[in-house]
Amino acid sequence: MTTSTTAAEAATGSGWRKVARPLLVLGFWLGVWQVATLAVHQDLLLVSPGAVLVRLTELVVTGDFWSTVWYSFVRIVAGFLLAAVVGVLGAALAAASRIVDALATPVIAAIRSTPVVSFIILVLMWADSSRLATIISFTMVVPVIYTNVLDGIRHRDRSLLEVSTVFGVPLLRRLSAIDVPAVLPFFIAACKIGIGLAWKSGIAAEVIGLPKGSIGERLYQAKLFLSTADLFAWTVVIIALSFAFERFALAVLARAQARLANGPAA
Amino acid sequence: MIALRGVTKRFGDEVVLDGIDLDLAPGALTAVMGPNGSGKTTLGRLLLGLERPDGGTIVGLEGRRRAAVFQEDRLCEQLTAVGNVRLVLDRTTPASDVVDELHQVGLDDESLAKPVRELSGGQRRRVAIVRALIVRADVVVLDEPFTGLDVEAKVALMSHVRERCAGRTTLLITHDRAEAEWFGARVVELTHPGKD
Repeated sequence: MTTSTTAAEAATGSGWRKVARPLLVLGFWLGVWQVATLAVHQDLLLVSPGAVLVRLTELVVTGDFWSTVWYSFVRIVAGFLLAAVVGVLGAALAAASRIVDALATPVIAAIRSTPVVSFIILVLMWADSSRLATIISFTMVVPVIYTNVLDGIRHRDRSLLEVSTVFGVPLLRRLSAIDVPAVLPFFIAACKIGIGLAWKSGIAAEVIGLPKGSIGERLYQAKLFLSTADLFAWTVVIIALSFAFERFALAVLARAQARLANGPAA
Repeated sequence: MIALRGVTKRFGDEVVLDGIDLDLAPGALTAVMGPNGSGKTTLGRLLLGLERPDGGTIVGLEGRRRAAVFQEDRLCEQLTAVGNVRLVLDRTTPASDVVDELHQVGLDDESLAKPVRELSGGQRRRVAIVRALIVRADVVVLDEPFTGLDVEAKVALMSHVRERCAGRTTLLITHDRAEAEWFGARVVELTHPGKD
């Protein structure tokens, strides 16, 4: 007996696998969670996935839920975006000036090794708690973006830069044809790390600073009232928000990368 | 006239060019020959402004537009041949002129539709040559421009280069004496042992 697979069948199979595989993995871990819940048998310590789902469905129909999500989302994403801009500009300046590089290097190293709680407490003494998540996300992400982008700038193809010097290629054209394509993979890698970091540090800051109407405040209340279902439900929301924003940002960057890869520079 | 007087270039402790005197006649093609490490490429880089002499002077380059075929192709891999050539051109040169020029060196429409990373070594070399010759440069440095080309392609491209370099001050760096003679170039021999 012979079998033949057409390209369309292969594509369909591949598409099915693409959808089915993550669902199977998710199903597996939900199963593990459910088994663990049955083994522990104490809702206070570990609630079941079903109970979390029920709590989530109760939460999402309230206006309060969406205003809370919006409150934290806007602040944390603002912190990340600000860090992306400052990190890129800082790296560009450091690449152009040894003095800037020398001044920035110890600051970046200090931020990297300082515990996030030290920054949170410090910022709480200086600023209003409503700005806390933005400042902390920004502070934690800047070193990641700065270091990666600077690395990317330093790994540009020197021979192509010489071509642009000899032929007098205008700056904007050089940026789009030589600099940005070289640095973008480094920036994308930094964003992958930075987005998760922004959410983790931003929410941690909210839990400590307790700005009114934030996800961090809800998490703190869950702890205060021993509501494990709330704790898990809000954690699921944070993971979903971080995942969705990462997917969106990476899709935008991948599109920019594809445009640079295909489009003529001039 | 571009004049080099007592030009010296060192890389660390190594002296690559030691007190070179050379006149490049305006609009003429000068061939530089010599063994590996004699400083031919360094001489070209000095003319392109990519290196500064440690001693001596170079006069006659001020305000001159320069172009080069480097030893390597040095193309933006993600761009097409047309994209690579237009990168170095001002906006007034229409894309159709670039396409015509690339057709003349033997690149067909199929090749022009691909990013240069998908082209063969010979095709990439042609793009690098067209890029250098299409700009309105006063000074052209050609560093082993026909490397990696088969005989037939080399002959065709040599004619193209001779035609396009007419009236421009051109420095041809080569190991091939027959190539220099074919161009009817004045040949300058570099003998100083150093780094190429």
